[in-house]
Amino acid sequence: MSAVYARRRIVNIIALTLSGFATLIGLFFLVWILWITLQNGLPALKLTLFTKITAYADTGGLANAMVGSLIMDLMALLICAPIGVLAGTYLAEYASSTRLGASIRFLNDILLSAPSIVLGLFVYVIIVIPTTELTGGRISFSGFAGSVALALIGLPVIVRTTDEMLQLVPGTLREAALSLGIPQWKLTLQVLMRAAFSGILTGVLLALARLAGETAPLLFTAFGNNFMTVHPLDKMASMPVTIYQYTNDPNPALHAIAWAGALLITLFVLALSLLTRIMFSRKKVSYE
Amino acid sequence: MLTSFKLPSRLGTLAVVIAAALFGTTVQATDITGAGSSFVYPVISKWSAAYAEKTGNHVNYQSIGSGGGIAQIKAGTVDFGASDMPLKPEDLAKFGLGQFPDVIGGIVPAFNVAGVAPGSLVLDGPTLAAIYLGTITTWNDPAIAKLNPGAHLPSSKIFVVHRSDGSGTSFNFTDYLSKVSPTWKSKVGEGTAVQWPTGIGGKGNEGVSAYIKQIPNSIGYVEYAYAVQNHLGYAKMKNAAGNVVEPTIASFQAAANTADWKSAKDFNLLMTNAPGAQAWPITATSWVIMYKTPKNAANAKVTFDFFKYAYEHGQDAARALDYVPLPDALVQQIETYWSSEYKM
Amino acid sequence: MSALSAEPLPRDTEQRSRTDARHDFVFRLLLRFCALLVLAALLGAALSTLWGGREVLFKDGLHFLFSSDWNPVNDQYGALAPIVGTLVTSLIALLLAVPVSFGIALFLTEIAPNWMRGPVSSAIELLAAIPSIIYGMWGLFIFVPFMASIEPTLSDTLGNIPLIGALFQGPPLGLGLLTAGIVLAVMILPFISSVMREVFRTVPARLKESSYALGSTTWEVVWNIVLPYTRSAVIGGIFLGLGRALGETMAVTFVLGNSYNLTASLLMPGTSISSSIANEFNEAVGLHRSALIALGFLLFVVTFIVLLIARFMLRQLARKEGR
Repeated sequence: MSAVYARRRIVNIIALTLSGFATLIGLFFLVWILWITLQNGLPALKLTLFTKITAYADTGGLANAMVGSLIMDLMALLICAPIGVLAGTYLAEYASSTRLGASIRFLNDILLSAPSIVLGLFVYVIIVIPTTELTGGRISFSGFAGSVALALIGLPVIVRTTDEMLQLVPGTLREAALSLGIPQWKLTLQVLMRAAFSGILTGVLLALARLAGETAPLLFTAFGNNFMTVHPLDKMASMPVTIYQYTNDPNPALHAIAWAGALLITLFVLALSLLTRIMFSRKKVSYE
Repeated sequence: MLTSFKLPSRLGTLAVVIAAALFGTTVQATDITGAGSSFVYPVISKWSAAYAEKTGNHVNYQSIGSGGGIAQIKAGTVDFGASDMPLKPEDLAKFGLGQFPDVIGGIVPAFNVAGVAPGSLVLDGPTLAAIYLGTITTWNDPAIAKLNPGAHLPSSKIFVVHRSDGSGTSFNFTDYLSKVSPTWKSKVGEGTAVQWPTGIGGKGNEGVSAYIKQIPNSIGYVEYAYAVQNHLGYAKMKNAAGNVVEPTIASFQAAANTADWKSAKDFNLLMTNAPGAQAWPITATSWVIMYKTPKNAANAKVTFDFFKYAYEHGQDAARALDYVPLPDALVQQIETYWSSEYKM
Repeated sequence: MSALSAEPLPRDTEQRSRTDARHDFVFRLLLRFCALLVLAALLGAALSTLWGGREVLFKDGLHFLFSSDWNPVNDQYGALAPIVGTLVTSLIALLLAVPVSFGIALFLTEIAPNWMRGPVSSAIELLAAIPSIIYGMWGLFIFVPFMASIEPTLSDTLGNIPLIGALFQGPPLGLGLLTAGIVLAVMILPFISSVMREVFRTVPARLKESSYALGSTTWEVVWNIVLPYTRSAVIGGIFLGLGRALGETMAVTFVLGNSYNLTASLLMPGTSISSSIANEFNEAVGLHRSALIALGFLLFVVTFIVLLIARFMLRQLARKEGR
């Protein structure tokens, strides 16, 4: 008996130690990559980065790329977060065992792995080409088209997580609410979504983290712009595209700016993630 | 519980703000847009910044690749395309397009072999082709030794590095190998991406440079500026005239000067294996492609003005970035081409 | 709810339930619309690759799938090398990332003190925020040389084991399938571990406490209670990571070596579907471009098959458990 107990305890200790070790591995790679980014990015982190535009290349900054990325990332989130959350809700609450639900789920999983350049191309065909034809070339590539491409990248992540998180909300919660006579939509919005809120939020943040670093879908949609613009129908610069172009330039000064840009993207997503967590941490609901 | 209801109204406000931004203002008209070759991206963006300060007109150029540049000018989404390979005159005629060169650059073989000093290695076209074909596999191969009498060549295996992405650099490099090696021409051929018989592929000039630096006994090819900036050991080449030349701006210029532009219709000419005595054999140029009857004539005028400005005032900027400005005679030929071929 | 209305209700209650029913109807319609929108977007994207790749797919058919001959100059396209490279690198990534992610989620939900959980989970999630081009640069300039320095040891030890030995033989270049798999593993780690962590937290404390009360160790509670309770969502998280691994381009392209020659060794360069597209798309015209878009379609098909197999295995597992 005690031998069995000892064995169980040893297994437990080994498993828990390994799990701590796994966390250390994760943190180790984070620190390693961040360290490299900091080491290369910090020296180039100057005020001109925020005030000057990319037109001046090595004597310029990233101001237009930052503004462009901010606009396009937020627009993309505005498009894909509501649609994704509602679609995920539909899957979890209304279509969890229907054929339609199953096929949407399946396609969604497939789309998670779609090469982002393919999604960019899709948006190029359905948005950029028609607007070019309609306006005689006056409006071709645009920040709006870029946002749609980015939204397509974030969408499957949000759908998948919302679906999973809602399914994990215990059925008793639904039964309790329904028995009080709450209509289904109120139950969904006010009870279930609140219960699954932190999970859904994680999904949205993961989607943001993923789309904020995307280069390929923007090349043929938002295109890029060496000058400042805030107009969503204009060709728009973005951080990832600028970083991509700068890292491929022979000029070391541009490499430094690229590293600084990467550092800024990482910090931006970190700040947003922390901010959201702090904002919503007080409103956590337990299921018990 | 209230927060979940405030959220939609906040979203609503944001949507209104965005809608207002969308329809409230108009797109600036004096912006002209170009796309294509990444080879010319650094110099065009320098010219663009200087041109914007002087005239206030914005030239927005993005490097999406030569293939992309050709596709976008055909689709009419941009005012000009830039490509590292010329279109054939019959293709240009089919689409009503015209093309002219903008800047010249050199491609250099770079290597990393212990005991062989940078710049001391000499290669010729057939040997380089044999290395890339995988028929010469060691550094002390007799063919290399013959070109480098007295050099301490190790017996180690050669690691071949090439570009993994489709690129004008690869196009010019393989075009050169095709010109000097019949075996290369029949087995591999020339193109922006080819079926490499051997070796590993690095992404971009940066990727190839990094691999050459990291892998001992490797050889690769990069644009001149990358060899200079990354302090790579480059090789000298025996050119078509039989002289051993170093890759320098002067030898690129020599190649451009001896190229027979006069008889090249629509400037459809590759400068590889140029005949000049001091010509660097792997010299490349890039072309600007535009509609001969542009949809937006005002933008086309600004585009010509921009390139005129670049030819006349952009030479120092080009040299600072290790490009070669076009020879004067070529610039004159281009301006004649503009007035005779383009209808404004 | 309809059972309640058998009894006559006061007027305002009846009115309210009618409004509620209408609201429910509209709400349901809205959700359905969004779901169909997702379906349409996804189908549209998939079909557009089929359309874009039709020339090559119809010209070469199955030959496109099973040939490893990729020659843009002669317009010959065979996708075998990219398919193999995609599957191998993604498999390596999953083999490494799933256990590590599970460990992280376990640590964060069961072991770590409360003050540590927030910061550490944000830190791990941060791995997802690093742009993939940076993974590529880090991979190219830092990780590849590191791998080159340990690969001789790998070849000397693992390379001599029968059967799997061939996987670890080759020149110590530092780049190749194994390196790409490891970089991918780091990239998908936050996706899998974040989902695992979130779903582990949703396990009712009641269930866990009952198990503890019966004398279970922490490990037994996680393995026997938490994991089975959340299994479907955990697998969802793994798919999330797999999806990212299959579709990732930039980081892979920098460390994979991009060679269309198939080899048995994981230390040799290879190529993948998405990195082939990213590499050649910009300069490709005509049939070459069509072949690259067809590769995109092929990635959909490969993912489809991978998911089908996964689903089949899950069903077998469920049957064995008598569900």
